[in-house]
Amino acid sequence: MNRFLARSIQAGVVACGLIGLGALPATAAKDSITLAMPLEPPHLDPTAGAAAAIDEVVYANIFEGLTRIDSAGAVQPALAESWEVSDDGLTYTFALRSGVRFHDGTAFDSGDVKFSLDRAMAEDSTNAQKGLFESIASVETPDAETVVVTLKQPAGNLLFNLGWGDAVIVAPESVANNKTNPVGTGPFAFERWVKGDRVEMVRNGNYWGTPARLARATIKIIPDPAAATAAMLAGDIDAYANFPAPEALAQFEADPRFKVVIGSTEGETILAINNARGPLSDLRVRQALAHAVDRQAVIDGAMFGYGTPIGTHFAPHHPAYVDLTGSYPYDPDKAKALLAEAGYGDGLSLSLKLPPPSYARRGGEIIAAQLAAVGVATEISQVEWAQWLEQVFKGTDYDLTIVSHTEPMDIGIYGRETYYFNYQDADFKALMAKLNTTVEEGARYGLLAEAQEKLAADSVNVFLFQLAKHGVWNKDIVGLWENSPVQANDLTAVSWQ
Amino acid sequence: MALFLVQRLTALVITLLVASLLVFLVMEVLPGDPAAIILGVNARADTLAALRAEMGLDRPAAERYLVWLGGLVTGDLGRSYTYGVPVWELVGERIGLTLPLALMAIVLSTALAIPLGVLAAARRNKPADVGVMGFTQLGIAIPNFWFAMLLILLFAVHWQVLPAGGFAGWDAGFWPALKTLILPAVALALPQAAILARVTRSSVLETLGEDFVRTARAKGLSRRAALWRHAVRNALIPVVTIMGLQFSFLLAGTIIIENVFYLPGLGRLIFQAIAQRDLIVVKDLVILLAASVVVVNFVVDLLYAVLDPRLRGGQHVV
Repeated sequence: MNRFLARSIQAGVVACGLIGLGALPATAAKDSITLAMPLEPPHLDPTAGAAAAIDEVVYANIFEGLTRIDSAGAVQPALAESWEVSDDGLTYTFALRSGVRFHDGTAFDSGDVKFSLDRAMAEDSTNAQKGLFESIASVETPDAETVVVTLKQPAGNLLFNLGWGDAVIVAPESVANNKTNPVGTGPFAFERWVKGDRVEMVRNGNYWGTPARLARATIKIIPDPAAATAAMLAGDIDAYANFPAPEALAQFEADPRFKVVIGSTEGETILAINNARGPLSDLRVRQALAHAVDRQAVIDGAMFGYGTPIGTHFAPHHPAYVDLTGSYPYDPDKAKALLAEAGYGDGLSLSLKLPPPSYARRGGEIIAAQLAAVGVATEISQVEWAQWLEQVFKGTDYDLTIVSHTEPMDIGIYGRETYYFNYQDADFKALMAKLNTTVEEGARYGLLAEAQEKLAADSVNVFLFQLAKHGVWNKDIVGLWENSPVQANDLTAVSWQ
Repeated sequence: MALFLVQRLTALVITLLVASLLVFLVMEVLPGDPAAIILGVNARADTLAALRAEMGLDRPAAERYLVWLGGLVTGDLGRSYTYGVPVWELVGERIGLTLPLALMAIVLSTALAIPLGVLAAARRNKPADVGVMGFTQLGIAIPNFWFAMLLILLFAVHWQVLPAGGFAGWDAGFWPALKTLILPAVALALPQAAILARVTRSSVLETLGEDFVRTARAKGLSRRAALWRHAVRNALIPVVTIMGLQFSFLLAGTIIIENVFYLPGLGRLIFQAIAQRDLIVVKDLVILLAASVVVVNFVVDLLYAVLDPRLRGGQHVV
């Protein structure tokens, strides 16, 4: 019977081969790129949703803010050419670029900036990161090229916050349709979106800065890792900024057509602990969990070796990072001793809720086995994102969960009044309050270091690893970001060699 | 015939009403807040409340059901929570892929299955029959996603003559769009054809044993003429039934093949909408698919009447 199938396949092959020959792509000097990503953006307005996929399409390509975050995570001028900060740190005066136009031809001026910021801060705002603008008291426009932002209290991270995708500048004329027809000021103009398949953009000929080197960029949506691998191998896709399946990377490394670039992301992957739950409110139990987990084994087993161990909630590539991975070395005996000391020598049973990403599902199995080895039984339940948000995040109905916190510089979540870790610590809150009002960099780094150490000492969560960024692209492409300090696929400087 | 039509149409409307109530209730008890999904983990309570109000989620359930039902009747499917566009627009785009793909698959599978099935029946227990039966065994046993991956490896990765996936869209031209549908259609058609061929074979075998076929042969018709004119025509009722079921399946049940070929079809739209709690899209799609199943069944019923004149009196076919 195999012969029968083989013969029908052969017949099909010949037929399709004849048809296909005429349609092979020409290999002239390329000025277009097809980039793929696993998740489709729900819409294309970065000021109205938390989905990282939105920023990954539009940030720095279609939309720009007053400032922008570059590939190293540093703040750069964007629509604001320069700024001055008053001595008390309460007044920021931005000088805007002149001659900037939105893609639809309308002029950009201080009115658009005021409109965008006021809209994000408004009572009925649906901005997912409304907290970014919390410190702003008012926005004034003395003239068309100047914006004065007055703060309620000094905010050391204001310039960084204004570089987020959620703080991009939109025009009142086009804002209503940005979800489906985004109109920004960036180097690429939106062309079309075939929902479920791809977003296309073209070079903005009237760009105020250095024009993009690519004439056209297509972002394809491929959710399935096996399909993604096939599409790369078939040459349908030029680049994956972050390939969804680390297990396939070896295959690309071995293929001379591709370059594999492992970078870092802002994703701190943690075994989150509900600090309010019975035994878990005991510091010794949380420390025991930290000693029981072998991070490297989780990285090797769940992420195929890609990932950097962390010892606190902070990105290792940030200059203020303190290496605390030695705080709780892998030591099952110590873990057992700590559990016994806390009165759980006979063991403990905890729930472990795992959202869909592979770091959680695969990592969860490994961690469950490691915890079992020290007498902590876990009841694993797999949840989808909607359930995770409802049960774990909103309801804090969990003992343990695994999740990656992908927002940049998000150590502040540990100082919130309500957050799903249920970590309530007055000292940490005071530290965050001080950080918020500190502007000078050296002093900020000192406070950040103190905060990192505090989280490790309190063993709030088991800090596992920083998610790696698995870039795979055609060896002739240059200019793609190696790391992702913000969720973005900045194509401004991308070109073919 | 008129009575038959009225009966079928009434059943159709009642089925859809019950389905709409069921769908709505299931969506109500499904855990997960659409606003929370959209705004993510950093959202503040007041922002969530503002978005819920904007989406109308703060209204009582009965009111929302009636508004939704009223919309369906007047052809207004509402707006997707996540995409922010009218649901009609989303469905329209997806149907432009799913319908041609389903049609291609069903045509391909029918064109393959009926001749094979009839051949196997006519040459019962001969090598041709054994060959066809073996082929259908294989077609049923091979999972279609695995077959799809084989097709991709051969045609897209190895020979690079067809794309590995994606859908070019009809505005890219007829041929480029069609090209992206060839492999998925083949992958979908093979298992369907295998089932259909087996059904055709057993159904034709059954009718070949009937008195009227013997009579036809006795009045002097050749084997071939008796086969095609009498046996096959009368064997078609179960075949058409299976085809109706397969077509309904192809409209929504192709999610796995859509994933393998990353095609933006209806199946994936539902899957995404459920994950993102885009409840309005889920409700609309489920009811539309229920409607399409009911309508296809209705058409199949009408076809029975065409195939078998005895049924035009209003009796049901079981």
